[in-house]
Amino acid sequence: MAEKRRVQFIVNGDKAEVYCSPRESLLEALRDHLYLTGTKEGCNNGNCGACTVQLNDRIVDSCLVLAVECEGDEVLTVEGLAGENGLHPVQQAFLEHAALQCGVCTPGFLVASKALLDANPNPTEHELRYFLAGNLCRCTGYDKIVHAVMAAAQTIQENE
Amino acid sequence: MAADKQYRVVGTRPIRHDGVDKVTGEARYGADIHLPGMLHGKVLRSPHAHARILRIDTSKAEAHPDVKAVITGVDLPQVADKVQDLGEMVVNLKDESNRILATGKVLYEGHPVAALAAADPHTAEEALKLIDVEYEPLQPVLDVRKAMEPDAPILNPNQRTSGIGAGDGKPSNLARHFRHERGDIERGFAEADAVIEREFITSMIHQGYIELQNGTAHITPDGRLTIWCSSQGAFSIRDQVANICNIPLSMIKVVPMEIGGGFGGKTGVYLEPLAALLAKKSRKPVKMTMTRAEVLTATGPTSGSYIKCKIGAKKDGTLTAAHVELYYEAGAFPGSPVGAASGTCLAPFKLDNVRIDGYDIVVNKPKTGAYRAPGATNAAFATEGVVSELADQIGMDPIEFRQKNAVQQGDRRADGPLFSKIGHVETLEATAESPHWNEPLEPSSDPAKKRGRGVASGFWFNGAGAATASISVFADGTVSLIEGSADIGGHRASCAMIAAEVLCLNAEDVKPQVGDTDSIGYTSVTGGSSATHKTGWATHEAALKVKAEVVNRAAKMLEVDPDEIEYHDDATLSAASKPDAKLTFAQVAARANSTGGPIVGEAGLSTGGAGNAFGTTIVDVEVDVETGKVDILRCTTVQDVGKAIHPSYVEGQMQGGAVQGIGWALSEEYVYSGEGRLLNASLLDYRMPTTLDAPLIETIMVEVANPAHPYGVRGVGEVPIVPPVAAIAEAIYNATGVRMYQAPMNPAYVLSRIQGKA
Repeated sequence: MAEKRRVQFIVNGDKAEVYCSPRESLLEALRDHLYLTGTKEGCNNGNCGACTVQLNDRIVDSCLVLAVECEGDEVLTVEGLAGENGLHPVQQAFLEHAALQCGVCTPGFLVASKALLDANPNPTEHELRYFLAGNLCRCTGYDKIVHAVMAAAQTIQENE
Repeated sequence: MAADKQYRVVGTRPIRHDGVDKVTGEARYGADIHLPGMLHGKVLRSPHAHARILRIDTSKAEAHPDVKAVITGVDLPQVADKVQDLGEMVVNLKDESNRILATGKVLYEGHPVAALAAADPHTAEEALKLIDVEYEPLQPVLDVRKAMEPDAPILNPNQRTSGIGAGDGKPSNLARHFRHERGDIERGFAEADAVIEREFITSMIHQGYIELQNGTAHITPDGRLTIWCSSQGAFSIRDQVANICNIPLSMIKVVPMEIGGGFGGKTGVYLEPLAALLAKKSRKPVKMTMTRAEVLTATGPTSGSYIKCKIGAKKDGTLTAAHVELYYEAGAFPGSPVGAASGTCLAPFKLDNVRIDGYDIVVNKPKTGAYRAPGATNAAFATEGVVSELADQIGMDPIEFRQKNAVQQGDRRADGPLFSKIGHVETLEATAESPHWNEPLEPSSDPAKKRGRGVASGFWFNGAGAATASISVFADGTVSLIEGSADIGGHRASCAMIAAEVLCLNAEDVKPQVGDTDSIGYTSVTGGSSATHKTGWATHEAALKVKAEVVNRAAKMLEVDPDEIEYHDDATLSAASKPDAKLTFAQVAARANSTGGPIVGEAGLSTGGAGNAFGTTIVDVEVDVETGKVDILRCTTVQDVGKAIHPSYVEGQMQGGAVQGIGWALSEEYVYSGEGRLLNASLLDYRMPTTLDAPLIETIMVEVANPAHPYGVRGVGEVPIVPPVAAIAEAIYNATGVRMYQAPMNPAYVLSRIQGKA
């Protein structure tokens, strides 16, 4: 196996360092090296979105990014969404709208939804569905997720 | 439409208790566990669908310095040829042992042949290549009809047909043929003005839970085994591991981690026994997780099927007779859900002349597992499809036709049992009155896009079972609730609400958690839509005990007889003889240790009277007649939910079930090569609905309380998946004039039907 490497990056605002082999993904670095297990593995080939994280200014499937590619990058995971003032509006909306059942796709949906609302604060239902089509949920049928993200958009706008 | 009684907490929509953990990444699922010194296990799986194992050489793998343990089928203890009830599935232990690790033959692609544990998952995966297995490939059989042909390759030479047709003594892939028969179908068909007979084919499909199967095991030198895993029932996992690994169940503790979806697919063990054996051999904790390809090829999808259905009706819409033949893929070992299919397929209809034949057939595919109303959706596709065709032929509205034949309390189900209180008539009425049914479907302006509406009904038995709940009072006047049911979709909130209801607390004053198998009494699996019914009931009983004890303590504090104490809706207690001395629940709680000790209430019970579920789905589709692509424009699911404890999560079950039904109808299928290799073992190619494939799902909850349950609860989780496939087929017919006899109704099939080629 190839020699391990040290990778330094920023995770949820804090400096982080992992010592990993070049084949290991960002998802593995987060889960198995930093024990940030909020980010989930559902397919390991970019089809389900459970491992969605924000890498610098875009969202990625962290299973498709090698950890060694992330040197110096900024990563935001579900663990970094809540701030000093409590839950992010998207998190709060998921709770209030019962937008999760088993909860395993939820971290990916939350990170993706936040990215959507950062880029497009007032999405139509279709824009929202288009943006989130890379995140699979098998429990909810998406109905309550769509309602929750719409409600979060409204909350964010009202707060501004 | 409301269940009769009004409640304070039951029927409201509090934020679920485990919600914050699940939106912050705090919640710990099976794969999130890391133990000191932990190894990682991987499974070597058969590349063949059917082969004899001639030789397994593990010596090179064992010699690898980073490989700490290797096991093959010979490491599994010999187990008895006996059956075990898993709640929704009954399995044979010898078959189960063979399913966990093959001996002699492999019976499907992905069948485990060996497993090993190494320092990290990548090393483990690479070391699998060091295990040398020599196979003699055999001809596979992949289709139920071909499997029953006299010269078909035989999976298990010791298997003989049981039930009807038993006795010719020859080995057969037909494991069982059974029949339910009532009345005289020949006479019934003779009395009919219209008789329609059709054949239907459905593909094997998967539950598609997002969380991959996992299991972590640790065993102490004195033989105490702990397993952490995500399952639908920790006690069932414990008992299966005990049986397969021949370990006394008291030596096993199963810790239920949060479960990332199951839908029936996480009732059986896959990795847990392997992790236990590897942990025993390596004397270290061993964690195992599947890849998505392993989940698709080698867990327990639900049966593909071939169904023949013949139904007769009079001109006035009265059904006169039905004959249904259900041929279900069991996968590599017997035990398809064809029995459940036989009980559900004609359940919505009053029928006096019935014959239902069920065939449980082994094929070289993974052993099927339970999937949401196991067996019922395939069968309803056939029976509801023929019923819709009959209604059309005699010129009757499809809902009116179903209403005319709808079963109610006291009627006999087609396969025999009498119905207790059910709400089929009420759901049909709500469907007929729904906004969706009464708003016309506007045609598309694009001539290539044809729109149509369909409706269908479905039935599911619902289950009950053993359950335990334990409530302890905290000194600050809140309570802890430990319950035994795996919480798969928010049910611990429902149990907490029931505890709050009894104790006149707020839902937030109850802290619910799911206990491990050493800390709470036995509780059967979260399956058969039973969890809120049975564990909610146990919680109710436990809370009544706490309430009685709180009354006793208040009496002591007020120095009155307990009979004099009144427990008020605001959780205060008073005695008529002491009008100035009102106590709060919290005050009684604070004094518990000095008035008699901690206040604890526990209840273990085996519930009956699950209360059957009926649901009806209306769906609007748009069919692109040039490509065969079907889009779902609108979907309403109507269901008798008994009493909705937490309506948001009942709606969630209805919506989730409906969208799984949409996937089943339009895009999901197992595609096998002629050699029995799964060609679409990824979530790109096994195509489940995305946000773009489903509309918002309208829900209509009809509450016909289940009189057997303290709150009127009847299971809600499964029935919503039953009608959609049939409803979509009907909608496609109404759009295009072409009937659908195959699921999935993917573009290729729909287009070939439109063009008259299939």
